[in-house]
Amino acid sequence: MSSPTPVLTEQLKIVIVGHVDHGKSTFVGRLFHDTGRLPEGKLEQLQKIAERRGVPFEWANLMDALQSERDQNITIDTAQIWFHTAKRQYVIIDAPGHKEFLKNMITGAANAEAALLLIDANEGIQENSRRHGYLLHLLGIRQVAVLVNKMDLQGYSQERFRQIEADYREWLKTIGLEPKFFVPIAAKHGDNIASLSRQMPWWNGPTVLEVLDEFTVSELPNAQPLRFPVQDVYRFDDRRILAGRVESGTLKVGDRLLFSPNNKVSTVRTIERWNAPAGNQATAGESVGITLTEQIFVERGAIATLETAPPYELTRFKARLFWLGRNPFRKGKTYKLKLATQEVECEINAIDKVIDASTLETVSRGSDQVCVGRHEVAELSLHTKRPVAFDLHSEIVSTGRFVIVDGFDVSGGGIIVEDNYPRRTADSLHKSENIYWSEGKVTPRQRALLHGHAGYVVWLTGLSGAGKSTIAGELERRLFNLGRHAYVLDGDKIRHGLCSDLGFSPEDRKENIRRVGEVAKLFADAGLICITAFISPYRSDRALVRSILPAGKFVEVYVNAPLEVCEQRDPKGLYAKARAKEIKEFTGVSAPYENPPQPEVELRTDQLSVSESVAKILEHLQIQDADSAITI
Amino acid sequence: MDSLSKLENQSIYILREAFHKFDHLAMLWSIGKDSTVLLWLARKAFFGHVPFPLVHVDTTYKIPSMIEYRDRLVREWKLQLVVGKNEPVLVSGVTYPDGKATRVECCGTLKKDALKQVLDQHHFTGVIVGVRRDEEPTRAKERYFSPRDKNMEWNVEDQPPELWDQFKTDFKKGTHIRIHPLLHWTELNVWEYIERENIPVIPLYFANGQDERYRSLGCAPCTFPIKSKARTVREIVEELRQTRTPERSGRAQDKESEDAFEKLRRDGYM
Ligand SMILES: Nc1nc2c(ncn2[C@@H]2O[C@H](COP(=O)(O)OP(=O)(O)OP(=O)(O)O)[C@@H](O)[C@H]2O)c(=O)[nH]1
Ligand SMILES: [Mg+2]
Repeated sequence: MSSPTPVLTEQLKIVIVGHVDHGKSTFVGRLFHDTGRLPEGKLEQLQKIAERRGVPFEWANLMDALQSERDQNITIDTAQIWFHTAKRQYVIIDAPGHKEFLKNMITGAANAEAALLLIDANEGIQENSRRHGYLLHLLGIRQVAVLVNKMDLQGYSQERFRQIEADYREWLKTIGLEPKFFVPIAAKHGDNIASLSRQMPWWNGPTVLEVLDEFTVSELPNAQPLRFPVQDVYRFDDRRILAGRVESGTLKVGDRLLFSPNNKVSTVRTIERWNAPAGNQATAGESVGITLTEQIFVERGAIATLETAPPYELTRFKARLFWLGRNPFRKGKTYKLKLATQEVECEINAIDKVIDASTLETVSRGSDQVCVGRHEVAELSLHTKRPVAFDLHSEIVSTGRFVIVDGFDVSGGGIIVEDNYPRRTADSLHKSENIYWSEGKVTPRQRALLHGHAGYVVWLTGLSGAGKSTIAGELERRLFNLGRHAYVLDGDKIRHGLCSDLGFSPEDRKENIRRVGEVAKLFADAGLICITAFISPYRSDRALVRSILPAGKFVEVYVNAPLEVCEQRDPKGLYAKARAKEIKEFTGVSAPYENPPQPEVELRTDQLSVSESVAKILEHLQIQDADSAITI
Repeated sequence: MDSLSKLENQSIYILREAFHKFDHLAMLWSIGKDSTVLLWLARKAFFGHVPFPLVHVDTTYKIPSMIEYRDRLVREWKLQLVVGKNEPVLVSGVTYPDGKATRVECCGTLKKDALKQVLDQHHFTGVIVGVRRDEEPTRAKERYFSPRDKNMEWNVEDQPPELWDQFKTDFKKGTHIRIHPLLHWTELNVWEYIERENIPVIPLYFANGQDERYRSLGCAPCTFPIKSKARTVREIVEELRQTRTPERSGRAQDKESEDAFEKLRRDGYM
C-alpha cells in the first residue's frame, strides 16, 4: 500500500473536529495505518508502550503523544501530521473535542481549508458537534464532510446513520453550512476509511480517502483588491524598504499606492527580493519588500492599497466574535486589537447579542449585557481609539478579521460584518451639476445694516498649541460684548455631527475642511462673523475656502508660534505622544504644516498677549471693511 | 504559487514578525540542515542581512567538521556568533561520554542548561529555533510563537491560541518566547528547498565511501549515520520520498524511555 511521497505540487490543510471522544484521533491513527503511511516501527512502539502500561492499545496515541493525554485518553492540544494520496499532500490537523480546550481547536481549525467533523453514532449529536460546526463556519471554512463514527456500536445500522445525517444536516443548515458528504465509519476498525466496509454493504462509497480528494485547495486571492499591510520598514544598504506580505491582489512596479490609515500616497519604484529575480510584480501570499519613488512617512500597520479600492477607515465597526479568555470580554475595559499588522486600543461599544454556539440560543444576563463569557460568541460593535483600516470579512478575508489581546494573551477573535460603513471617496465623486445658488430677497447689504456689520469668515490656522482656540474664544467674547454677532465653529462639534462619516485620510481631511468652509460661508452669508479654529495645515485646503467666499470676506489669520513654544505648551499632551510615536501624522512633528505666505493677519503668539492678538484681528476687520458700517 | 514557495513566504513572515516584536532576539544555530535553511530564510527576509546574533550551543562533543563549517559560514555570511557552553559541567565531567550521566541528562545540562545560561546572560526575550512539527510528536503540538516561563519551562497543557498569523508577542518580564518559523516544513521540504536554493550544507549529510550518511546531526557519541547511497541533494530528496524510517532514528536520546524526550522538552530543550 505504501507509495513514495509524490513530488510536492499542492497541499491541503484539513482539520478533524467534533465532540470529545467521538474518535477523531483514532480516525487519524487508523487512516495512517490503513494507507500504509505509519512510520516504520511506530505501531510496534505504541503497542509495546500500551502493554508496558497495562492499558489497551489506542490508535489515538499516534496523535495523543503527551503523557497527560495518554493518561486520560483525551486530546489536549492540536497536532499536525503529514499525509498524502496520489493526488496531493495533506496536512492533517487533529483537534481536541473537549470544551476546555476550545482555544486549541480554534488554533487547529483557523489554519485549515477543509474539515472532517466526527459524530459518534452511539452518542449522537452532542454539544461540541454543534459548536464546532458553528465555529467552522465563523472561521470561514466551507468545505466540510461529516463522518458518523463508531457504527459498530450501532450494529452498522443504516437507519441510525440516516437519522444522524438528517438531524445534523438540519443544524448545519441553520448556520449556513452545506456539508459535502456524510460517511458512515468505524474508525477503530477501519470501516470505510481506506476501503469499503464489508460490514456496511448498504454503503457504496465514497470512502473517507475518496472524500479527501474531493476537497479543493483554495485559490490565492490574486483577483481581489490589493491589500499590502506594511510589516516593517527596513533601512538596508541605503535603501528604505517597506516589508510586507501581499494579502490579496497583485502589486506592481509603478502602482500608485494609498497607505491607510496614515494616508499618504506614493508610487512603487521596485519590488525587492533576495536571491530571486526582483521581478516587477508580487502576487497574493508573497512576502516581499518595496521601495517607493517619493519618500513618505509610513510605518508598520499601514495598509497599502490602490487609490481606486481603499479599505474602510473608521473607529467603529460591527463584528462577530468568539471569546476564549479566562476572563470575560467586558464593556468599559480597554483591550488591544490586532488586525493585519495594525494594533490599536479598543473597547466594546455595544453588545447586540451573546450566543451559545451549541444551541444558537441567546445568552441573557439581565437587561444590560456587559460582557462576553468564555467560549461564547457575540454580535457586537467595537470602538477603536484610532481609525483602523479594514474590510468586510465577506469581501477580503485577511483584512476582515482580528484578534483581541487581553493583558498578555490573545483571548478572542472576530470577523467584521456588514453595516452602513461610509465609503471614503465615493460620495465626493458624485458632483451635482444642476444645482444653482438661489439668491434670496434680502441682500447682504441689508443684513449688514441690520446687524451693524458685515459677515466674515475669520479663519485661524496654525500648529496645535499655537493658541487658535484661545484666541477664537476670546475674539467671540469680545465681539459679543460689543454687540456683534459672532460664532465659533468648533472642530469637535463638526466632527460629531456634520462630518461624523469622515476619517483622517487625505481625502477625508480635505472634505472636512471643505464642509467647514461651506458652513462658515453660509454663516457669513447670514451676516455673522464666523470664527474657525482648525490647524488646517494645507495651503490648498485654505485656498479652496477662500475661493468660495466673496473677495475680502475670508480673513486668514496665521496664529504663529514656533514649534518649540507649542511643544513646550503642549496643553493636551499631544506633542509628547507624537514624539513617543503614539500619535502618527502629527502636524509639525510627523506631518507638514504649510504656513500661509500672505495671511490677512499674522499673530506671533509667543510675543503677543491674547488680548493684543484679539485686538489685531479687530483692527483688521475695521480697516478691511470700512464701507459696510462696521464700527467696533 | 508552488507549495515550497508558500512555505518559504510563511517563514519569512514569521521571521519579520519576530524581528519587529523582540528587541533582544537571537537565532539558535545547530549547524544542521534545518537551522541552516532557517539562516537562509533570514537572509531572504532581511534582504541578505541577518540582523540578530546566532547562538550556537557548543557541547564540545559535536563532530569536528561541524565547527569548521560553522566558522566558515560566519566569515562568509558576516554573522554575529554567540557560543554557549556549560563550562562547570564540562569541567566536572558529569556527561554521557564520561559515563557519569544518561544521554538525556547529558542533553539536559550541555544543551538545555547551556542555552538557559546564554539567554540569561544576553537577556534574549525571543529565540528563533528551527524545529519542525514532523520531527517528533511533541513538536507536532508546537506553536509558531511558543512561550517559556522564567525557568524555561514549556506549559504544553496550556498553550496560547494562535490564529490568522496573530501571534503571542506579549509576555511577562523574565519569560521568553521561542519562535519556530520552520514548524510547517517537513524533512523532505527542507531538502527540496536546499536543492532549489542551492544552499550549502555540511557534507556529513552525504553518503561517504562506506555508504553511510547522517540524516540528523547531533553530538558524535549519540548520533549515528544511516545506511545510504545518497551522495547529492537530489539523491537525498529521492531517498526521502521512498522512506518510512523516522528522521531522528539515528538520535539515541529520543529513545531512552517513553517520555524522557517529552520531559526534556517541557524543561526547555529545543
Ligand atoms: N467501538 C468503537 N470505538 C471507537 C471507535 N473510534 C474510536 N473509538 C474509541 O473512542 C474512544 C475515544 O477515541 P479518541 O480517538 O481518543 O477520541 P477523540 O475524538 O480524538 O477525543 P478528543 O480528542 O479527546 O476529543 C477511544 O477509546 C477509541 O478507542 C469506533 O469506531 N468504534
Ligand atoms: Mg483526540
